[in-house]
Amino acid sequence: MSLIVPARPIASEALSAAACAHCGAPLAPGQARFCCTGCEGAHALIAGLGLAAFYARRESEAGALRPEVTATSIDLVPFAAAGRDGTRRLELVVAGLTCGACVWLVEQALAREPDILSARASLSARRLTVTWRGEAGRANDIAALLARLGFRAAPFSPACLRATEDAEGRELTRALGIAAFGAMNVMLVSVAVWVGTDMGPALRHGLHWLAALIGMPIVLVAGMPFYRSAWVALRAGRPSMDMAVSLGVLATALMSLSETVFNGPYTYFDGATALLALLLAGRALDRGARRRARQSVAELLALQEGTIQRLLPDGRTEAVPAEHAAAGDRVLVAAGERLRLDGVAEGDTLLDAAATTGESLPRRFGAGEALPAGAVNMGAAFTMVVSAAAKDGSLAAMARLLERAEQARGRFVSIADRASRWYVPVVHVVAAATFALWWGALGAPWQVGLVNAVCVLLITCPCALALAVPAVQVVAVGALFRRGVLVTSATALERLASADHAVFDKTGTLTEGRPVLIPEGQDPAVLAQAASLARASRHPLAQALARAAPDAPALDGVHEVPGQGLVRGVARLGSPAFCGLPASVDGMTLAYRDGDAAPVVFRFADRLRADAPAAVAALAGLGLDAELLSGDGAGAVDAVARDAGIAGWRAGVDPAAKQARILALKAEGRRPLMVGDGINDAAALAAAHVSASPAGATDLAQTASDLVLQREGLAMLPGAIRIARRAQAIARQNIGFSLVYNVLAVPMAVAGFVTPLVAALVMASSSIIVVVNALRAGKEG
Amino acid sequence: MDSLLLLIPVSLFLGFLGLVGFLWALRSRQYEDLDGAAARILFDDQPDKETPR
Repeated sequence: MSLIVPARPIASEALSAAACAHCGAPLAPGQARFCCTGCEGAHALIAGLGLAAFYARRESEAGALRPEVTATSIDLVPFAAAGRDGTRRLELVVAGLTCGACVWLVEQALAREPDILSARASLSARRLTVTWRGEAGRANDIAALLARLGFRAAPFSPACLRATEDAEGRELTRALGIAAFGAMNVMLVSVAVWVGTDMGPALRHGLHWLAALIGMPIVLVAGMPFYRSAWVALRAGRPSMDMAVSLGVLATALMSLSETVFNGPYTYFDGATALLALLLAGRALDRGARRRARQSVAELLALQEGTIQRLLPDGRTEAVPAEHAAAGDRVLVAAGERLRLDGVAEGDTLLDAAATTGESLPRRFGAGEALPAGAVNMGAAFTMVVSAAAKDGSLAAMARLLERAEQARGRFVSIADRASRWYVPVVHVVAAATFALWWGALGAPWQVGLVNAVCVLLITCPCALALAVPAVQVVAVGALFRRGVLVTSATALERLASADHAVFDKTGTLTEGRPVLIPEGQDPAVLAQAASLARASRHPLAQALARAAPDAPALDGVHEVPGQGLVRGVARLGSPAFCGLPASVDGMTLAYRDGDAAPVVFRFADRLRADAPAAVAALAGLGLDAELLSGDGAGAVDAVARDAGIAGWRAGVDPAAKQARILALKAEGRRPLMVGDGINDAAALAAAHVSASPAGATDLAQTASDLVLQREGLAMLPGAIRIARRAQAIARQNIGFSLVYNVLAVPMAVAGFVTPLVAALVMASSSIIVVVNALRAGKEG
Repeated sequence: MDSLLLLIPVSLFLGFLGLVGFLWALRSRQYEDLDGAAARILFDDQPDKETPR
């Protein structure tokens, strides 16, 4: 199972003098040991728990374990399940849990808590199960402890569970184990027959019966995954590779059984069981790689899920999962929170609707105006009345649209299926012709004709052909996984390799999608003071300010004046009006005033991703012309298009128009790659030939995409296309090779020269060549 | 040849034990977290607390 290499650690060597002692990120000049106060706190906590051995073994990526400046915490109390004997149990998905030492650290740190009974983390699924005795409220303490260590925790959602619980994958592994056991034991008997030339017929007969005794049950049990899928394909009237496999294996087993009964010279049980084992191995590997990608996507989505604050009639609030809210409920939306439901505001609000419409500037919504789910509250906390429950809302409607679009894309026929469409009938015709030739034309007994016909089926059994594509897929998907690109669909690589046009969204895709401080020569000391204040707030602009000065310490005694700003003593940070300046036009400005000193203005803007122009140029080099589709105004779109080096752009495009543009491109015969992050891009993503979403995209966009980029930036996109094209070329080579091998081997089978030994040799050698060739697919080139 | 009467059943029985062990491990979900299991054998410290059952 070593085709899937675990994620290569980057950090160990980065632990040199110039790296943060906690998270391993490179240090800025002037920093002694830690990159930020969060890391300093985490290091002190770990040392205090006596777990400093963690740093000697840590293999996580540099910077991955940096505690967030202002962690947005989810209320986990509703997710703590009560056990019978007063214990509580909590299932979490933990981001950052990427190495064995991380598992050790988390388990040990939680075990130090006196009331925690057990803590067990799974590294593959990033799943943490904690049980404790006592209050349900401890759930939030657990998450807080994890956050201080640098891990982000979210409830283990049903989607995570679906990605992890893989009944079909377990069945494949079980079948593989059974087939491997059978193949080895049958081979033990077969080798004795092959080399025992002086063996008497009675002993040979006995050994054949032994092989049949082991081989028949194995063929029947371990081949089930193939028989089932072949049956489905047969009923749909489509020839599939599984049909050829099933027919070949079953015919070989039956022919060998009859040879055993009549004491013939050869049986082929070893060939049938080894074939099953090889094919099952290829399939189990393929599934393992895909499952890993699905788990990572589910983890990303779980981190976006959360609770809403429902207002009770008596004025208190309770945290409930968003899907439990009904139309008419009143919900409190905190500053900086993302709306999870459609609703109507009870007062004036300022919302950033970039994810739903693509506008880059926040917009004011009046009382009674409909608010779209997915927008982010940029103003003060407000109360809204829910207008549709989660399952009837706009997000659910979009999700249903996606499903329909994806079904349409399911018609894409992969190269392996295209090959099997004509390969399977041809093989069966050749086998039938062989039987006719021996029995009819040459006048041989029908048993001889049957044996030779089945030998044709066995030798053509698409062992190399069935391994040709999955082996390449496993290697390429694994290579992309290590580079931070998740491939979620089986045919995504093939479609990516053939893309010839790139369509980008603007906000959040070509740009960062979040406000960034515009450097205008502010005094660093003033910036640090303002950032210290800003740490107390969850407001997006305050967080952007805090990110601009990560060294600034958090301060006590900061009061938030809702909707206006922060006060500490005589220092004020907030809207320009709050600091005695005229109000800003676009709401993207903060002002800071320390007592009577002159107010300082901090302006923010969404910024082009640093690697966007290079990525666009690299795509052009690969033959993909870029195009920009945005819901934003013409001026902003033109500016971004010029900076990114994109010639064609359209502004003011709504979701339906984006999808229409994609469909128009496809109607022209182009194969567009769509890259987008917003809810408004989801329909276009699903309609495109192949789609990708950048890090931090909305959950709908990630579900609709074939590729999810895990790391910031677009730099991996051209690399992914290169890997996909290389993988495609190697898959073609493999298919070509297995066809050539068939052309050489089939005449031998037709002529009746194929003994079990020959069959075993050609089968094993062709499979090894195909797999070794596939290993080259991981290199970018 | 008499030795075969003993050796073949013995070898098959041992192989069968291995298969049963594999199926048991699969059923008790020991194949769910292969990466974690690989790292876990290197943990030397056991949680130093009494397990209240």
